[in-house]
Amino acid sequence: MTAALELLDADLAVVGAGPAGIAAAACAAESGARAVVVDESPRVGGQIWRPRLGHPPRGTARRWIERLERSGAVVRIGASVIDAYRDDRGAFVLRVEEQGMPVALRASQLLLATGARERFLPFPGWTLPGVVGIGGAQALLKAGMDVRGKRVVIAGSGPLLLPVAASLRGAGAQVAFVAEQASPRRVVSFALGLWRRPAALVDAVRYRAGFAGAPYRTGWWVREARGEGVVREVVLTDGRHSRVVPCDLLCTGYGLVPNLELARLLGCAIEGGVVGVDEAQRTSVAGVWCAGEPTGIGGVDLALLEGQVAGLCAAGRPDEARRLFPPRARLRRMAASMERTFALRDELRALATPQTIVCRCEDVPMGAFDAAWSPRQAKLYTRAGMGPCQGRVCGPALAHLYGWPADVVRAPIEPARLSGLHRSPEGSDANAGSGESPAAPLAKGPHFG
Amino acid sequence: MTDDVRSTVSFVVDGEPHRAAVGSSVAAALLNAGIWRVRQAVDGAPRAPLCGMGVCYECRVTIDGVAHQRACLVPVAEGMNVRTIGGSGE
Repeated sequence: MTAALELLDADLAVVGAGPAGIAAAACAAESGARAVVVDESPRVGGQIWRPRLGHPPRGTARRWIERLERSGAVVRIGASVIDAYRDDRGAFVLRVEEQGMPVALRASQLLLATGARERFLPFPGWTLPGVVGIGGAQALLKAGMDVRGKRVVIAGSGPLLLPVAASLRGAGAQVAFVAEQASPRRVVSFALGLWRRPAALVDAVRYRAGFAGAPYRTGWWVREARGEGVVREVVLTDGRHSRVVPCDLLCTGYGLVPNLELARLLGCAIEGGVVGVDEAQRTSVAGVWCAGEPTGIGGVDLALLEGQVAGLCAAGRPDEARRLFPPRARLRRMAASMERTFALRDELRALATPQTIVCRCEDVPMGAFDAAWSPRQAKLYTRAGMGPCQGRVCGPALAHLYGWPADVVRAPIEPARLSGLHRSPEGSDANAGSGESPAAPLAKGPHFG
Repeated sequence: MTDDVRSTVSFVVDGEPHRAAVGSSVAAALLNAGIWRVRQAVDGAPRAPLCGMGVCYECRVTIDGVAHQRACLVPVAEGMNVRTIGGSGE
């Protein structure tokens, strides 16, 4: 088959249509650049701005989404990037699957705004249906999940717990318990820090009021989820006492981890677990920019600033970006204090028993791993990380449990169709995979399915 | 509730008819229909959506004959035919 696949040309290709990607694409397009944004979700906004079904976006989200529409940037949704490389003329090529059809996007510059995902840590029962992420619950709620009358426990860590508790309650759920694993001392000192940022304080008070009556405990965490076929109750503990709480939905997650697959595939330098960038949001690879959570978990306000800086600089307007440097520096300091507050306690490393599944795709239990291994050995000996999610869930868990570094990233970075992989934008059947990492076999193990 | 749940679509899951609000994801529609065994693990255990945002692949189903679709990323549509993966290993 030699049919050429659809080829889009751009000055700037933006991966991810969350706040950082929207801001970057809008700023670049307003400056006259041909900007194309791709995102695998069915709507723009990223996890934070995607509107709840029946509730159109409001406020800042709406203003930016409308600004993106006016900017002239081309938006392609439902589009997953499966590979990225430089062609022989030095242009970047993104291989994209858009609703199952292969598309290629060629651009002189690339902006990574790939956002973050939740960190999950394994504990007995965490594979039961009804155990979802904290952000996961929010995402499912926005996508139409009905939680009316459902008893919900939220147990994990980070600033997401309170807003998600409030929105679940607002949607009719009974929030039975909210457990934050961080110590009370740390959370209180963080909350006091909010006095220096009145808007954040108002948010915190509103969220707390949003689920008044539900127990909120710091220094508590989930030890086990139980049920037959679906979660029915959870065991919560503070290390000395424990409580069994009946529930229909357990929301759990331990902060966010940046999505670095594309940055690593392109060879961008990773420093301390995040993409290293200079003051203009340039990565170590010429022509590749990065903004938002991949440069460090910092939230929507920081993502917006970084996106604007990157978009302006990529479009050749660095002078206009400069005024955004001081507020960006301020928000980066806040993010660092957030990270200290919600540092994960050691007890969480000891929750999984030898039988607890760690790699959910390949059903690899905790007992199959040896702490002395490298992640590559773990992969070869157990198939952990070789299923459809390609280690996106078990990778950060194993990194936390054993201190293992992330394994090498190869294309395709998501399960992809052969029909799209074997066609190149030039119309030939030549394998045009990344130079140093030729297209790997599909993520298709014996258990795929 | 301000949701306009009056406009619904009908779709089929493993041969059974269901309805869902327009704009719902297939994942949310499955859970609302009480279907918590969205996928089956190697040992036969039921699995259901975890991340809700296209990362974990726990919600993968066959939609209109196309296998391995992430139900959380696909909006449900009128007449859609969804097959959950019940132990066949696909």
